[in-house]
Amino acid sequence: MFVEEGNYRMAVKVLIPTPLRQFTGKQASIECNAATVGQALGSLTGTFAELRKHLYTEEGKIRSFVNVYLNDEDIRFLDKENTRTKDGDTISIVPSIAGGSTEPK
Amino acid sequence: MAIPTDTLPKQEVKLSNEEVLRYSRHLIMPEVGLEGQLKLKRARVLLIGTGGLGAPLGLYLAAAGVGHLGLVDFDVVDFSNLQRQVTFATGDVGKHKTEAAKARLSGLNPTIEIETFETRLTSENALELFRDFDIIVDGTDNFPTRFLVNDACLLLGKPNVYGSIFRFEGQATVFGYPGGPCYRCLYPEPPPPGLVPSCAEGGVLGVLPGIVGSIQAMETIKLILGTGEPLVGRLLLFDALAMRFRELKLRRNPACPLCGEHRTITKLIDYEEFCGIRGEEAPPMTNGIPEITPKDLKARQDRGDDLFILDVREPHEYQICNLNGKLIPLGELPRRVSELDSSREMVVHCRSGKRSADAIQFLQKAGFKKLLNLKGGVLAWADEVDPTMPKY
Repeated sequence: MFVEEGNYRMAVKVLIPTPLRQFTGKQASIECNAATVGQALGSLTGTFAELRKHLYTEEGKIRSFVNVYLNDEDIRFLDKENTRTKDGDTISIVPSIAGGSTEPK
Repeated sequence: MAIPTDTLPKQEVKLSNEEVLRYSRHLIMPEVGLEGQLKLKRARVLLIGTGGLGAPLGLYLAAAGVGHLGLVDFDVVDFSNLQRQVTFATGDVGKHKTEAAKARLSGLNPTIEIETFETRLTSENALELFRDFDIIVDGTDNFPTRFLVNDACLLLGKPNVYGSIFRFEGQATVFGYPGGPCYRCLYPEPPPPGLVPSCAEGGVLGVLPGIVGSIQAMETIKLILGTGEPLVGRLLLFDALAMRFRELKLRRNPACPLCGEHRTITKLIDYEEFCGIRGEEAPPMTNGIPEITPKDLKARQDRGDDLFILDVREPHEYQICNLNGKLIPLGELPRRVSELDSSREMVVHCRSGKRSADAIQFLQKAGFKKLLNLKGGVLAWADEVDPTMPKY
């Protein structure tokens, strides 16, 4: 039987890193239904519009200082945003952080 | 595979009877033993930053008997450091960090050599500084330096034991190990300034760098001994509030400009410019941000001028001290801009003047015209106008 691609949305969890939680109403993890990583992120930025500019450039590409993982693999080494998801998958957003001795500015 | 520590002229390294006693708990372990302890004694490790991460790093590497420690920091001990930089004592406030750290670490272990470099790490001095050391440990707090440390380590073939923190989250890994990824494989570019909240604007749980720095110390020791599985190709993520550790795979990026197949970076660059920070140093008016000093603000208020004060800090900051302004945290400003009256002259402030500058840029785009940034924020107000105001 031929299953149309992207037709079945999977229940996935998106983990929000601390610096971005201010844009998701302080939630550390958001559940959504998506067939691909791109769809999950789209659903996330659809619900939390302010998050969009922190994850995506104006041209709609994921920002280079943000890494997105499906479970423990970087999506750049999978199928990028087209990476298909399975039920129970975890998507992690990992931005670069630099704190070490935190000198105030 | 142990990192070779015999690249420098060989000298007969032995343990004195006193050292045998000092390190007895290492010596009785098969994973260390006399051979391992001698490796530690011959090792030369450079710590970049003697702050929150540098504190446990210095203490545990000194305690373990790393024979030669280098400490790089240009900063002076500040009272607010004592919440987390546990190498320092209250009496050290005002001293140079490298001097205070060296004293503390020598007290713990007088048998090791400690070399201090009271200097800012730059593209001009990094390569020469790193050359004499085997392992570099990155305990810095800003993006330009992290890229600098990574690039210098890669160019010299030295491993870079990386740790970073933000509020109550930490990351740790080992970059620059032969065959493993480098920092640029993970992050080819830095975030534009202001887009990722800085630690200063976020704060940090003091004990967090204690944990992450200790992990870095552990990884450094493992690399020296050639034992266990170092965090090469593994990004350890730590969430202190949930008390959870997670691990993500770090792969070498074949397109990495520094360590990939077609390298475009073969020497150190201007990292401040790379991170877009140089542009921030331009005088405020050329960026279109009009300013008012605390003294001038006070004068105008005393005169009875109708000035609306907008405070873009967080509620917990408002509780520490405030100028009776209306509080709309910066992150909420886009949503709540309709609460503001664009016909009134508005002074926007935060803690130090940076967030308020961002707020003004946003408001300008939203069509507000009568805006003034309080130069230096509440910190400057405390300095110039009201010394009873607490600084934080």
